[in-house]
Amino acid sequence: MDQKELLVLKDVKKSYSSLSVLKGINLTFQQGEFISIVGKSGCGKSTLLRIIAGLEAAGGGRIMMNGSELQSLNEAARIMFQDGRLLPWKKILQNIGLGLSGDWREKALEALRSVGLEDRAHQYPSSLSGGQKQRVALARALVHEPQLLLLDEPLGALDALTRLEMQRLIEAIWQKNRLTTILVTHDVEEAVMLSDRVIVLKDGNVAVDQVIEMPRPRQRANPAFTKYSEEILAEIMGTRSARGTVLVALSH
Amino acid sequence: MKKVKIDKKRGEKWLPWVIPALILIVWQGFSGIGIIPARILPSPTEVLKAGVKLSASGELTTHISISLWRALIGFLIGGTLGFILGLFNGLFKYIDLLFDTSIQMLRNIPHLALLPLVILWFGIDETSKIFLVALGVLFPVYINTYHGIKSVDRGLIEMGQAYGLKGFSLFTHVIFPGALSSILVGIRYSLGVMWTTLIVAETIAANSGVGYMAMNAREFMQMDIIVLSILIYALLGKLSDWLAKLCENKWLSWRQLS
Ligand SMILES: Nc1ncnc2c1ncn2[C@@H]1O[C@H](COP(=O)(O)OP(=O)(O)O)[C@@H](O)[C@H]1O
Ligand SMILES: [Mg+2]
Repeated sequence: MDQKELLVLKDVKKSYSSLSVLKGINLTFQQGEFISIVGKSGCGKSTLLRIIAGLEAAGGGRIMMNGSELQSLNEAARIMFQDGRLLPWKKILQNIGLGLSGDWREKALEALRSVGLEDRAHQYPSSLSGGQKQRVALARALVHEPQLLLLDEPLGALDALTRLEMQRLIEAIWQKNRLTTILVTHDVEEAVMLSDRVIVLKDGNVAVDQVIEMPRPRQRANPAFTKYSEEILAEIMGTRSARGTVLVALSH
Repeated sequence: MKKVKIDKKRGEKWLPWVIPALILIVWQGFSGIGIIPARILPSPTEVLKAGVKLSASGELTTHISISLWRALIGFLIGGTLGFILGLFNGLFKYIDLLFDTSIQMLRNIPHLALLPLVILWFGIDETSKIFLVALGVLFPVYINTYHGIKSVDRGLIEMGQAYGLKGFSLFTHVIFPGALSSILVGIRYSLGVMWTTLIVAETIAANSGVGYMAMNAREFMQMDIIVLSILIYALLGKLSDWLAKLCENKWLSWRQLS
């Protein structure tokens, strides 16, 4: 399998006044990979994602996208936020068409169809449930055909059932397009369920970079699933057991 | 079931008018039996008669149209200035730093306090009235435009940027619609200011317009015309408020659940 590096982070740092949030992140993301970033709340997951999206400048280090250094907005990436951020004054179709030009209607409808909401095209976002709003937000990101999809806890505010449904949708879309995806989540099981690799952020560093080797579709009942989840969770909580572990800690 | 619903709707439509109608009836009745002497307050029918008489002579239309014209021009000048200032101060940090403090200081001077000065500057011709109306309208439009823009959800702006919007497109798709409801609040409020300012200015410094008509009638003790003028002002105020509300309903229709 020939692999191409899509995104490389070299010693990326970020601090807010006296608070050092990212202390030198080194990561490489391959084309077509599904990567999850997990970590405690406030550990800098969103900050890292916003830096990758080019919405915020790093305080140090380099971000290489497709081999060239990222200077401003990452045009090849699209980000989806936890709170959806649909424009309440635009109808759903217009929300999806945001930032598109030319023959955008057909594309937007197609994207809306891919998340199963084409019949809501001409309604306002206020008429949608939380899960539907996130599906529209997902369609809005997909319609730009990005090379890199950034998901910042997109399912964090959803109820358990809707969450499962959305996880399946995200996995199906990823399998169909082989779109490099970085998912930020605080739900370890969600990360293990969906990702090729799980990255744990801790104290501003990458604490763990764990490849998940399990066939898809993954089953929660699979003992490997439990093992991965428990190990990663232990790492995040700092209660990692002394006995043998499958984890490979990257310490610099 | 359905019929009950329709009746309820009709009831909701008429209910706000019950009290005004009641007042009118009581007023007419009390005037008729002499509890309210005509010297204090003429009856509604007297006021109506005065209105008919003045319309027939064309006097009423002249006064109303000149008042409307002053209100409109003053509102357009003040509103446009307030809007532009609010827009630029809300959008650009350095313009904000340059202007906002000064504007906040000026805002604390009641614009009607300038009336003597304005009369000395411009006399009692059109400029003085339009100047005062414009000044009165400027601040509420400014403040609400400014705050509207400042309070647009940062998350939505960031989202817009992440989706490639910048400059003018970010403004038209995200910032302006986000600020619109606050801007409209400012406009609606300033319409009220517009009429009060005009009433005062026309009463004190004018030789035409509805306010002048009332002042002039005072000299001849024409109670009916005075009350008529007051009612006309009330109607004009109601009319402009209704128009503003219409715009609100149209432009902010997304706020109602679709
Ligand atoms: N614009 C900002 N100004 C100051 N501090 C910030 C800013 N953005 C984030 N932070 C701080 O940086 C830390 C990491 O935030 P964030 O990346 O949002 O965490 P996470 O997404 O992992 O919960 C937090 O302590 C937060 O308070
Ligand atoms: Mg976050």
